Amino acid sequence: MNIDSITNGIVIDHIKAGKGMELYKFLGLDAYEGSVALIKNVPSKKMGKKDIIKIDSLLDIDLNALGYIDPNITINIIKNEVRTEKYHPELPERITNIIRCKNPRCITSTEQELPHIFKLTDKVGPVYRCLYCETKAQ
Amino acid sequence: MRSVIDILDLSVSEIERLISVANDIIADPKKYSECCRGKKLATLFFEPSTRTRLSFEAAMYELGGNVIGFSESQSSSASKGESVSDTVKVVSYYADIIAMRHPKEGAPLVASLKAGIPVINAGDGGHNHPTQTLADLLTIKREKGTFDGLTVGLCGDLKFGRTVHSLINALSRYNNIKFVCISPDELRLPDYVRHASPQGNNMSFYETKDLEEVIGGLDILYMTRVQRERFFNEADYIRLKDSYILTPEKLKTAKNDLCIMHPLPRVNEISVAIDDDSRACYFKQVMYGKYMRMSLILMLLGITVS
Ligand SMILES: [Zn+2]
Repeated sequence: MNIDSITNGIVIDHIKAGKGMELYKFLGLDAYEGSVALIKNVPSKKMGKKDIIKIDSLLDIDLNALGYIDPNITINIIKNEVRTEKYHPELPERITNIIRCKNPRCITSTEQELPHIFKLTDKVGPVYRCLYCETKAQ
Repeated sequence: MRSVIDILDLSVSEIERLISVANDIIADPKKYSECCRGKKLATLFFEPSTRTRLSFEAAMYELGGNVIGFSESQSSSASKGESVSDTVKVVSYYADIIAMRHPKEGAPLVASLKAGIPVINAGDGGHNHPTQTLADLLTIKREKGTFDGLTVGLCGDLKFGRTVHSLINALSRYNNIKFVCISPDELRLPDYVRHASPQGNNMSFYETKDLEEVIGGLDILYMTRVQRERFFNEADYIRLKDSYILTPEKLKTAKNDLCIMHPLPRVNEISVAIDDDSRACYFKQVMYGKYMRMSLILMLLGITVS
């Protein structure tokens, strides 16, 4: 795979330097069979240094969930060597099984099979709270 | 399936409707005495709360319905290994509506997501207790005639007191409410409660440590218990506890139509000498709680009585 150009795929740009691996794992790319490039510490005018992920396919993944990890990243969708979309991920309204509720009084602490769901309660911050006990995510 | 887990699950107009049906039940209880014939309420109390359970059971019996259920001495259902989800799925085949109390926060929400019948949260740990708030709202409405423009004193443990948080949430949807928060520094109202409540028109908060300073301006005085275990040391507790005990002396400058409320049980935070004062409304609150539970059961079962 040529890391400079891809025909059809996704380029996740402006990842905070050092956060690339976290996003890579979050998207489950360690299990992905196709070509993926994780490029670290790329010089950037805006950010000093940044990480970039290039995926050589239009994978069906929930890119907006990335907004929880880093809302400043840029997602580029490439089709036939042309960039057809460029956007920042929105903050997801709900995130499931990405973070865990740490409140020992929460029902999720005793019922292991329950999904850990957090909902966006304030876009400033942003603030996510446990669906069940409303404890703020750290 | 409609459930009530948090007081804010109910809109202002639904609360108006619940109050109006409760008033109608009070005016003519006979009219409602058969309307739940053949219906069953399941009271699932994963921790004991005799007071709340009796209120729900009395409510269902007065509607002509029946009650099944259990009350655990400790949260022993967990030791039996059955999840809340499984329990409510099973109970959904036996009953028409569930009232659930659970020591873990969020358990009734889990139940409502899995049950095939309506779930009423009858208290989940220190989190929510919406039917207590419904009792409080009917008390205020009947005693004051309105929610707008009231000066509401909240006294005692404002940090951990869930009834206070939920009452603030409910009242903040009306106009010109002044909250006067009376507590020791250790038990101040958390900022998140103030910010999380929906901002009504012209809502304001005033904080003080001194009940006597503010009592003369109050329309409502909502007392809560200051618990010993909330303090780091015994000396602080002993020093502070008497400041938040309501006595006839402290009532001297209070309005003649002050409405004194308390979610009960009380320990000593309201002197028994006040019980016969016409301003004491805390036992009426218990009665109104039953009527609001009746009204809520009817609403969730979709039963209307003409
Ligand atoms: Zn939680």
